Amino acid sequence: MTWEVVIGLEIHAQLTTKTKIFSGSPIAYGAEPNTQANLLDLGMPGQLPVLNKAVIPKAIKFGLAIGAEIGRRSIFDRKNYFYPDLPKGYQTSQFSFPIVDKGGVVEIEVDGDTKKIGVTRAHLEEDAGKSLHDAFPGQTGIDLNRAGTPLLEIVSEPDMRSAKEAVAYAKKVHELVQYLGICDGNMQEGSFRVDSNVSIHKPGTPFGTRAELKNINSFKFIEQAIEIEIDRQIEILESGGKVVQETRLYDADKNETRSMREKEEANDYRYFPCPDLLPVVVTQADIDAIQAEMPELPDAKRARFVAEFELSDYDATLLASSRAMADYFEAVVALTKQPKISANWVMGELSKSLNQHDLTISESPVTAAQLAGLINRIQDNTISGKMAKQVFDAMWSGEGDADTVIAEKGLKQITDVGAIEAMIDQVLADNAKQVEAYRNGQEKMFGFFVGQVMKASKGQANPAQVNQLLKQKLQ
Amino acid sequence: MSLEKNQVDAIAQLAGLSVDATESEQLTEKLSNVLGIFQQMQAIDTDGIEPMAHPLDQVQRLREDRVTETNHREAYQSIAPAAENGLYLVPQVID
Repeated sequence: MTWEVVIGLEIHAQLTTKTKIFSGSPIAYGAEPNTQANLLDLGMPGQLPVLNKAVIPKAIKFGLAIGAEIGRRSIFDRKNYFYPDLPKGYQTSQFSFPIVDKGGVVEIEVDGDTKKIGVTRAHLEEDAGKSLHDAFPGQTGIDLNRAGTPLLEIVSEPDMRSAKEAVAYAKKVHELVQYLGICDGNMQEGSFRVDSNVSIHKPGTPFGTRAELKNINSFKFIEQAIEIEIDRQIEILESGGKVVQETRLYDADKNETRSMREKEEANDYRYFPCPDLLPVVVTQADIDAIQAEMPELPDAKRARFVAEFELSDYDATLLASSRAMADYFEAVVALTKQPKISANWVMGELSKSLNQHDLTISESPVTAAQLAGLINRIQDNTISGKMAKQVFDAMWSGEGDADTVIAEKGLKQITDVGAIEAMIDQVLADNAKQVEAYRNGQEKMFGFFVGQVMKASKGQANPAQVNQLLKQKLQ
Repeated sequence: MSLEKNQVDAIAQLAGLSVDATESEQLTEKLSNVLGIFQQMQAIDTDGIEPMAHPLDQVQRLREDRVTETNHREAYQSIAPAAENGLYLVPQVID
């Protein structure tokens, strides 16, 4: 009997606020160490936490998006552990009564099969500070800027059965929190962190002992780390050994997981309700108000793109992959009324250029209105597809909108039938031999004539018209 | 219910407290007494009673998401045992 893999994920999504969850300190990324840490963040005695208003609707939005029960009376608890980047000696979190309760489901698709992954809960908590172990010999440097940053910890059921499923789920949650505008999803800066609990067992027997993989900051590495960890556990169990419950770190350079070498004694967090914070009460009216401002979610948007714009599933999925991309595409379509060609330009030339310059779509130098202007000039035959690429490049370099570039570069396409016919006549007259060869059955000569006419027009003749008129002339 | 000395040592370890052998003995006795009180409370039937999160029958007050704190790093670090390059320094945590 083969091994069955069991994976559950704990995702920490940093909520997009201006200040910390319990203090008015800013949380700008990359600030000088400890310049964003006030007395509360430093864990000084006598300081009292006051909950940031902004975090509650953000957490509720997530709960509503996954169809979970909303905790009407959620309670903050203290999770006690000793570590220098946690100067209070406890992390304020939610234990028994989280703000997002049971019932949540995230649907994933792997290799064409859809599967529902349960979300056990999602709770509000504060982040810890950062420890820098390498900067000072024999000492650890502590930066408490991050201490108190608001997090939503999203805990899944152990419902995933492969690394692929785990990554599909993580990506889905990543897409969702960005759609909801509650987290910026930046994995490099640690705004979206995925911890994977991995174990293996034989089907029909109890779950095996799990190892937790932490601090992996890309989807690719999450998949690799889980694969490697599964292999490691299989090897241990098949050689008669035992998997130890522990936290392991993934080393991407060596492609291996390594024990964090924690101290012997197991963690015992000794949770208890935080006496400094009162219960957070959410009313039905609060929930209704948040429901009313929920954005269209990715799955609904994809379905609408297919139905309304007659796009393929593939195109719709790509375009709906981020809210910014979807909004951009819809803005283009609103001005062109041409979904298919608009989709092609957004996913083609625009995405290619954005990737080349490492820009996101919100940073695109070509606006949706400018791209729509370009597409409209292709549609009305002012320019050819080839010229359009030239115009796009000029717009990208900031030379103005499509009409300006077309006028300045003299890129207007020749669509006048008389003018094109005159050029064709000239080409045919100059190449009598080739015409004869064509008429004697050498059909590939046709391409030669097209090339000659395009050359004579300096590339400005409408290629479709050239083709059509040439055919007529050569009959 | 009484605690064993090694349990007290484990709790001290978790809390990062340094407790010598004599203190550990004394604490074992004191904490056992406290646990005895909890044991009395455990005997009370609490079925159907909603757990109380806080003795005050009030709900959490909220704060606007507005920056109200300014940087006082120098003042805070002037009372720290060790600080360098803006970082608080502590004995090495991992090897």
